[in-house]
Amino acid sequence: MLYNEPSPLEVKVVTKRFGLPNSASLDTYLATDGFKAFFKAAGMTPEQIIEEVKVSALRGRGGAGFPTGLKWSFVPRTSPKPKYVIVNADESEPGTCKDRLLMENDPHQLIEGILIAGRAVDAHKGYIYIRGEYRYLIEHMDRAIAEAYARGYLGKNIQGTGFDFDVYTHSGAGAYECGEETALLDSIEGKRGIPRMKPPFPAVVGAWQSPTLLNNVETLCAIPAIIRDGGAAFAALGTPKNGGTRMICLSGHVNKPGVYELPVGFNLLRMIYEVGGGLPNGKKLKAVVPGGSSCPLLKADECDIAMDFDTLAKAKSMLGSGGTVILNEDTCMVKFALRIMKFYAHESCGWCIPCREGTAWLKKMLDRFHSGLGQKSDIPLIGELSKNMLGRTFCPLGDAAAMPTIAIVEKFPEDFEAHLNGNPCPYAHANEPAYA
Amino acid sequence: MTFSPELEARFAKLLESYPPGRTRSAVVPMLLYAQDEVGHISTELIEEVARRCKVAPLQVDEVVGYYSMLHRKPLGQHHVQVCTNISCLLRGGEELYEHASQALGVGNKEVTADGQFSLEEVECIGACSWAPAIQVNYDFHHFVTPEKLDRLIAELRKAQ
Repeated sequence: MLYNEPSPLEVKVVTKRFGLPNSASLDTYLATDGFKAFFKAAGMTPEQIIEEVKVSALRGRGGAGFPTGLKWSFVPRTSPKPKYVIVNADESEPGTCKDRLLMENDPHQLIEGILIAGRAVDAHKGYIYIRGEYRYLIEHMDRAIAEAYARGYLGKNIQGTGFDFDVYTHSGAGAYECGEETALLDSIEGKRGIPRMKPPFPAVVGAWQSPTLLNNVETLCAIPAIIRDGGAAFAALGTPKNGGTRMICLSGHVNKPGVYELPVGFNLLRMIYEVGGGLPNGKKLKAVVPGGSSCPLLKADECDIAMDFDTLAKAKSMLGSGGTVILNEDTCMVKFALRIMKFYAHESCGWCIPCREGTAWLKKMLDRFHSGLGQKSDIPLIGELSKNMLGRTFCPLGDAAAMPTIAIVEKFPEDFEAHLNGNPCPYAHANEPAYA
Repeated sequence: MTFSPELEARFAKLLESYPPGRTRSAVVPMLLYAQDEVGHISTELIEEVARRCKVAPLQVDEVVGYYSMLHRKPLGQHHVQVCTNISCLLRGGEELYEHASQALGVGNKEVTADGQFSLEEVECIGACSWAPAIQVNYDFHHFVTPEKLDRLIAELRKAQ
């Protein structure tokens, strides 16, 4: 089902079946170009498939934005070991709620994407790692998988192509860290989700010591369209080196929150005002989290920007996972920084000391600061502590906690100043009411 | 331990889905599915899962402490999980959590005396664009207001 009205500004590639009657059924899928790309891929060599994905300029939709074709090319296809495709459906980045819709509304598109990826890297088994909270999607994907087996779109000799492939779901049980690909691998092996040292990279030594391709749900959902219509057509939708469309999850202080599929490179201000209908109650924009809680925030005057990976990187932020959170002028940035840090302190797996200790101390400091007991010297200290976490941990969780904090301290010093000298939070009563 | 035939079928399918000799991979989902049926993770359940997955009980025990959805104590029949992460925070998630706490008369991770409800302040549940959001057991509720929450709690009470 859909949870918000679509916007006329959307360009629908991965969401094109959303809203069709029985959009999740195999019949609907087959009636709307479903599995055409798989048959086309069956007649292509793995090199040709990977080349097409490279041409598409598709970049990982989980957050890091790594070029997908390049990632596929790293898997040693000729290795005598079995190879695996693992779908990262552990969607947990605060602000992000898109993979859920892709699985709910179009599960067969994901299955087809997995099959094509499997063909490209010579894998014959795929696992969809779904966060435990999304139980209904585990049942839903299991039904879609069973339907695909029953009709010969999974299993042995799929549709007479000679290609064998099995797909399984695997449930997580509540851990943000397991969205990090090496921690996910430990988790799927039945262990605590602790990140692994890289190299070796998962492409070479991944799940069960075997070469493993890990991709986000949205990334794999883009594959059927890329193979069917050509990589060039997909690339043309976005900006150079940033192909295609992105699902943007608008949330926070915006009139029409929702998930919208927009071309990569769409202007952020247009996203807020034209797609999202602006801010409620005529409030002014204060800041935007461009792509999930780990991204450095943009101030209102930095928001006239193209939402692609490279432009945001130039602006010292990140496109991230597509979770775009809008903050109005009444938002206390100290409180916001505190809530982000509380999250990372809770989710730190404890493996690396800078992250485990850093997030816990920063949470305490921000908590104290927000309650009015902060000192002026705490302001630079919060920034310095955060910088000491950057790049000093096995996985990016420490960075994810540090980056938004550094940006908030640097861009909103006046919010910190306002809490000094025992002053209560000036924004205490300014929260937007809940919306019916 | 004995489980329902449905759960046994699920376990059998789960153990078959991993490569040969990799039954340890079933530990986390098996714990979660079992918890849904028996209520919480007891020492007995840890030993049972260890036996089925062919690992030492300690290897199961250490996993229980890591994943936030695995609970060593029984939860309420209706586990109310209120998200207060950033997107929900901006839409009144904290006020909603406070309201839930008062309405149920329990604090974070506590269970009501009659065992019907438990409350938990949770991290992002992936419903950011429909905030504030809560989950009751596995059911999502979007755009929740204090009034909507009151109605929901009353309905769940009546359904007993």
